[in-house]
Amino acid sequence: MRDVAFEVNGKACRVAVEPRTTLADCLRHDLGLTGTHVACAHGVCGACTVLVDGEAVRSCLTLAVQMEGAAVTTIEGLSSEDGLSPLQAAFRKHGAVQCGFCTPGIITTMHALLTTEPHADEARVREVLSGNICRCTGYMAMVAAVLEARAAYQGAPA
Amino acid sequence: MNAPLRGPGNNFVGQSVERLEDMRLLRGQGLFTDDVSRPGLVHAAILRSTVAHGWLRGVDSAAALALPGVVAVITAATMGAKVPAIPMRLAPLDELEPYWQPVIAADKVRYVGEPIAVVLAESAAIAEDALELLVAEIEALPPVVDTATALADGTLLFEAQGTNLAVLYTAQKGEAQAEFPGAYVRREKMDTQRHTATTMETRGLLAEWDATTEVLRIHGASKVPFASRGMLAKQMGLPETSIEMIEVDVGGGFGMRGEFYPEDFLVPFAAKHCGRPVKWIEDRREHLLACNHAREFDCDLELVCSREGDILALRGTVNGNMGAYMRANVAVAPRNVGQFLSGPYAVPNVHVEVRALLTNKTPTGTYRGPGRFEADFFRERLLDLAADDLGIDRVAFRRRNLVKMAEMPYPLATVTPPKKEEKLDSGDYVMTMDLALAELDWDAKLPLQGKLIDGRYHGLGVACFIEGGAAGPRERARVELVEDGTVAVYVGSTLVGQGLETVMTQIAADAMECSMDTIRFFHGSTTYVSEGFGSFHSRSTVMGGSAILLAIEELRQRMREAAAARLGCKAEAVRLEEGRAVAPGGGALSWAELATAGLSGDGVFHNHTHTYAYGAHACHVAVDPRSGHVEVVDYVAVEDVGRMINPLALQGQIVGAVVQGLGGVFLEHLVYDAEGQLLTGSFADYLLPTATDYRSIRAVAMGVHTGAVGPLGAKGAGEGGIIPVGGCIANAVAAAFSGKVQPMSLPLSPSRLWAMIEAAG
Repeated sequence: MRDVAFEVNGKACRVAVEPRTTLADCLRHDLGLTGTHVACAHGVCGACTVLVDGEAVRSCLTLAVQMEGAAVTTIEGLSSEDGLSPLQAAFRKHGAVQCGFCTPGIITTMHALLTTEPHADEARVREVLSGNICRCTGYMAMVAAVLEARAAYQGAPA
Repeated sequence: MNAPLRGPGNNFVGQSVERLEDMRLLRGQGLFTDDVSRPGLVHAAILRSTVAHGWLRGVDSAAALALPGVVAVITAATMGAKVPAIPMRLAPLDELEPYWQPVIAADKVRYVGEPIAVVLAESAAIAEDALELLVAEIEALPPVVDTATALADGTLLFEAQGTNLAVLYTAQKGEAQAEFPGAYVRREKMDTQRHTATTMETRGLLAEWDATTEVLRIHGASKVPFASRGMLAKQMGLPETSIEMIEVDVGGGFGMRGEFYPEDFLVPFAAKHCGRPVKWIEDRREHLLACNHAREFDCDLELVCSREGDILALRGTVNGNMGAYMRANVAVAPRNVGQFLSGPYAVPNVHVEVRALLTNKTPTGTYRGPGRFEADFFRERLLDLAADDLGIDRVAFRRRNLVKMAEMPYPLATVTPPKKEEKLDSGDYVMTMDLALAELDWDAKLPLQGKLIDGRYHGLGVACFIEGGAAGPRERARVELVEDGTVAVYVGSTLVGQGLETVMTQIAADAMECSMDTIRFFHGSTTYVSEGFGSFHSRSTVMGGSAILLAIEELRQRMREAAAARLGCKAEAVRLEEGRAVAPGGGALSWAELATAGLSGDGVFHNHTHTYAYGAHACHVAVDPRSGHVEVVDYVAVEDVGRMINPLALQGQIVGAVVQGLGGVFLEHLVYDAEGQLLTGSFADYLLPTATDYRSIRAVAMGVHTGAVGPLGAKGAGEGGIIPVGGCIANAVAAAFSGKVQPMSLPLSPSRLWAMIEAAG
């Protein structure tokens, strides 16, 4: 077992993990943050995407021990108890959620995109979104939701 | 159009209400199976056959048991004298029992992926490590991988049966085998490839045995938890009341999830065996190997038409590559191919034989639009070929042959077994086709057809469909007035990611004439109602929704009676308002006050007929002859579902279904080699549609011609969007090449299409 200390959703944490433990398993099973989902475990589908120092990262292909000193943000960290963020609200309004299993990874990925590129056009949104697989929606509603949510990121500090 | 269900108060039904379940799903607060944990949890991993066909001579588990952290290894030997088998849930026939799958391989393995042993360990990682230490001794036999080999019966999967033909379905109507002098006949061989649902959440189960109360509690049940409970009870020798199936959030169903699989016995058995809670979460490779496959059919069909363009007969044979066992719902797709070959068209004579053949591949089951996707591809291709040969415009040809409103109810061919008559119920089939063409701007785009523009050939396609829904036999609901003044609704329908909570809450709030916040909805788990039939065959809304209406009718009567007794008036004089029961004299009781009387209502909705939602798709494609790549420039799906409960949710399901269908047309293929090894075991080789693949998919959903099943007037929906996609796209590709390239086989992957284009010169 190895000790690793990092920040998750703004809080410092220290966990003892086997070196082979993925960040996804550590978040889900050691830290109880089950909003991060594992759907393929080989880095293709994007369901497990979290933010590491602001960058969208596949937590199934990242080892927990690599996180020493890093700041990790999960879907829980992008959500509030009171309601939905503008990005989440746009997803709901446009019917961009069906089974909801891929949704947390897509919200984290699109949040990372709009934070750095708040004026991303449809082609760019689709390009980045193509790294995440959704089996239910066919993506049309998601793209519409992300384009609408851009307004909330424009003018905000990156 | 539709009148409000209950006026003048609410009309949530028909509104694009934002989904209730989104609040938790968007914030990572959903509860999926792997999110459930228990103290003292043991993790299971499953050793699966690496050989497609062979005699299992033994399993050596000594080294695995010696690994620290391993709790137990379960094999067929652990089960004692008789290994239980998985019964067929739908369309069972006594003569198919020899082909049922044992829950764990005992003496023979019949597909790569078949469970041989279960390892239980203190962590999932140790359980997987231990798999490497298990040694299964298998004496290989020649594998049967295709239907031609299966038909030859040279190698048998079940020696004692003497054949690989499990069952033959015959779709029969009129005199299809008669001579039709002077008629036009087109005969073609076509096929669709093995692919499947591939949900984003893999399967998983958490089972715990409470020895004190003798209750087996299982998280991860879905789709048909009551049916699964009955099967498991019989296999385990327990009364049904000793098993609780708990439904949590479900990451996609599409027909695949929730049918009884070997693991649905093995994991509960393991929990009882070791006396600790056991969790098993399937990995993606296992999922592609072990979940029901679908869609692998080939056909040899003849379409007979008059020279004027009237369809006279449809006849021929279809072979289904069903995989190694007749499991759970494997019979649905081959039956449906026979049933739905004529689709929405008036075909007076049908004789189609569908052979369900056993092969050494993963067993098959339903995938959204089972049998209908395949049948639509075969039929819609034949229609275009016939129209071209006869010199008739293919839209005019369809318009001529679509079943007309005046012909409803229109009899379909009768499929034997089970020899149950089916009739198309209602609808204006021509109207949806015309609307699809108008939405696509068909006439304006026609001049592009067959033209090479900027290096790509353009083509248009059209295809029509019917979608069966509302399977019986019944559904049950219970509603209770709760002491805080809310209304609890319990129903036997299940959630498979389709927005069930929202749709059912809309229906219940309208019937109660209250806000949606006042409704609390509980579903699926076997602890809520005494029986339930689940979510398959597009049935939840029609069946569960109708049961809720009946239960609420009873509850409201009880509320009036209880209020009358306390307010001193007649029950029929009590007026129910939101949150209050008001007497004519002005006295009133709140719903919370009424609830102290313990008021509830039960509803059972029975149904033995099917609804048929219907519609048409039209598309515009551009094909690059140098690469075989097809761009779907525009795609329009039109469907009339009788009554829309939530148009936004419905449109979302249609668009999603179309894109799944496009995956099945262009990308998705479960490829096997000659030895019966699955070659596509990851998302890197089993390709699913992504956001850059299809950019213009449009759905026009409507509720025009209501269904005759239940008070809602809704028809089953959610599957229709996938059904005609293969035929529509293939017709467009053929049109792009002015008929010189004729796709008879799916998928239309770039390499396969490029080879066809090259061959056509």
